Amino acid sequence: MDLTTFWFGAIAFLFVGYFVLEGFDFGVGVLMRTFGRDDAERRLLLGTIGPVWDGNEVWLITGAGAMFAAFPHWYATVFSGFYLPMLLILLALIVRGVAIEFRGKRADRAWRGRWDLAILVGSVLPALLWGLVFANIVRGVPLAADHDYAGGLVDLLNPFALLGAAAFGAVFVLHGAVFVALKTTGEVRDRANALAARFGPVAVALLLGFLAWMLGDVRRDPVAVALGIGAAVAAVAALVANRRRREGWAFAGTAAAIGLTVIALFTALYPAVLPSTTDPAGTLTVANAAASPYPLKVMTVVAGVFLPLVLLYQGWTYWVFRRRLSVTR
Amino acid sequence: MDALDVARWQFGVTTVYHFLFVPLTIGLGPLVATFQTLWHRTGNPRYLRLTHFYGKLFLINFAMGVVTGIVQEFQFGMNWSDYSRYVGDVFGAPLAMEALLAFFLESTFLGLWIFGWKKLPRRIHLATIWTAALGSVLSMFFILAANSWMQNPVGYRMNPDTGRPELTDIWAVLTNKVALITFPHTLAAAFMVAGALLVAVSIWHVARRPGQDTAEHRFALRFGAWVTLVATAAIVFTGDIQGKIMTEVQPMKMAAAEALYRTEAPASFSAFTIGTLDGSREVFAIKLPYLLSFLATGNPTASVQGIDDLQTQYAAQYGPGNYAPIVPVTYWSFRVMVGLGIAAGAIALLVLWSQRRGRTPSNRWLVRAGLVLPLLPLGASTAGWLFTEMGRQPWIVFGELLTRNGVSRSVSLTEVLTSFLAFTLIYALLAVIEGRLLFRYARAGLPPDEPEPDESAGDEDVPALAGAY
Repeated sequence: MDLTTFWFGAIAFLFVGYFVLEGFDFGVGVLMRTFGRDDAERRLLLGTIGPVWDGNEVWLITGAGAMFAAFPHWYATVFSGFYLPMLLILLALIVRGVAIEFRGKRADRAWRGRWDLAILVGSVLPALLWGLVFANIVRGVPLAADHDYAGGLVDLLNPFALLGAAAFGAVFVLHGAVFVALKTTGEVRDRANALAARFGPVAVALLLGFLAWMLGDVRRDPVAVALGIGAAVAAVAALVANRRRREGWAFAGTAAAIGLTVIALFTALYPAVLPSTTDPAGTLTVANAAASPYPLKVMTVVAGVFLPLVLLYQGWTYWVFRRRLSVTR
Repeated sequence: MDALDVARWQFGVTTVYHFLFVPLTIGLGPLVATFQTLWHRTGNPRYLRLTHFYGKLFLINFAMGVVTGIVQEFQFGMNWSDYSRYVGDVFGAPLAMEALLAFFLESTFLGLWIFGWKKLPRRIHLATIWTAALGSVLSMFFILAANSWMQNPVGYRMNPDTGRPELTDIWAVLTNKVALITFPHTLAAAFMVAGALLVAVSIWHVARRPGQDTAEHRFALRFGAWVTLVATAAIVFTGDIQGKIMTEVQPMKMAAAEALYRTEAPASFSAFTIGTLDGSREVFAIKLPYLLSFLATGNPTASVQGIDDLQTQYAAQYGPGNYAPIVPVTYWSFRVMVGLGIAAGAIALLVLWSQRRGRTPSNRWLVRAGLVLPLLPLGASTAGWLFTEMGRQPWIVFGELLTRNGVSRSVSLTEVLTSFLAFTLIYALLAVIEGRLLFRYARAGLPPDEPEPDESAGDEDVPALAGAY
């Protein structure tokens, strides 16, 4: 396997990590006002992601940094081409991050209410927009021969991408609900379990629709189809596990569904990294978007040493905070 | 006005804003860790209370540094995509290393520190704050290495087919002499800001609200003043070396720092100049003979190249064009940086003197100066960045790529303007909120003795503990 393919895989891995991890903390952010009926419950919900959400977000920073280092042209075209979605994602992540940290710093109800709203908006927007962005990446966008984006905002708002947005958003909410059921006790846990049961089928239907459209029509690739079927099975299994209140399995199911969907998407995309829907010469591939071999080699060594270390200490963090939380009033 | 101008303004505004929070994060982390270490070693609850108190201020500030930092990473691709295509081969690696080696460390271990008070053994818990602080410091190194490559490109070759630089030696990039001197210089600036924050907060409690926890605040005041003072010495020392390296690799920047148009030997340094509006001719100046030659080379009589000569030389080397930065900006930002930095050190020294043998700082003006002290190193840092980045212009990568050729061609004026306005508005709003929150907590003073912070406690219910939500 050459280094460009390896780095394509590494970036896929980083985005799998990002969506599996930040996916549930987006979901918790969306559901906080629904599950948390009073301030103590909302604090509890934030407490479930408190020690980890910032570390989860670093998966994005690393994924984008790895794109920059390994595929500068991919990074340049995606970030400049998807300008307004990226801008909204940034604004949402700013507001969300500050809101999570600042909400508890004053007791006043209006203060906390405003930050609760900020957490909701700041979690909904990126959940939807990442779906929009990645659906467009696999579908392709108008690119000029020099690989610069040649479309407008309207080109990004095609039906397939909108379905991608809905599917990502819904699945993250389900993932968040299942996570809350796994991490809390008492009424909050029951509410999360009930919501996952009621809303789950909708989310899974959206995901299946997205997978079917992507793998049946947008990009046909047998390996990706197998992965997509795996994602669908995992999603359905998560619903079954949730009904039986096997929360650990349900969470493993949603995590696997998200992870396999992202891997299927990257597999379907390969060897392109951003197909052009207009000028075929504009298509970016692992070959023409890549950095030269030396920096890829350097990055391979660095990632080979430090990524396992990151997994180790992040895994340890989840272990330290493995206990369920309960409301203290 | 075109998209290029707006993209430049946006980069300037978002970067300066980001760097108001970064130095405090980087400087305050080790200071909080020091308080906790003192508590660990002595068992004296005074240090634990200081840990919680400054830990809280640290976290309020940290959040702002993180969220404004994501903007920086996205911005290269969004507004400067041609720059990203051009430099990605070299510039991407330190950026990716920053995320992988530093940001993961910082955020994961900070999460452990905030929420781990009761869950982790004391010794391990202490190690988490030090590890998080190490992550912050590492991140500074990598981003400065990336920036230093733009000032002094090394470790690459030009690919004749693509016309783009390709990385050939990562070690050369990481040990770029500009990076090796900029790192301690910027680190010292971070400690100045953090030390100055300790001075401002504790002098308020000592001089304006005496009686409550005076011993603790007096300790923090002395400690903060010492940190500021030592950091000032470090910044002068490293700045001096940095100036000489700059003269060597970017002589135009040194000439522009002095607005030296004609090559002179020996060259004098002007403390103050009133010039014509375009900055090309002086009307009145206070000059210190030999000083520029000494700052630039270490030799008081050496020749220092002037802007006009360098312009002629660059035009011959790179083709016709204007290769001088905006001289009034570089001239004044350099002086503001040096002036504010030295003033901060002097105030720190006076604060220390005013506390000699158990005295309390009582001079009204000194107390006032202490209260605004953090603004001085923050202003100096801002001026320093303006100087080093504006002084590199018209280049985005010195000698290789002009700033105007780095902008995204596919992004419209409307789009850049939208994002510029959105960031400016949201940043202004958040600055007000964060400023008021910092004041509120700084004023509230130390948390009560013990009880240990509880992760599920709302902060306001158990005031000012380092617990979380």
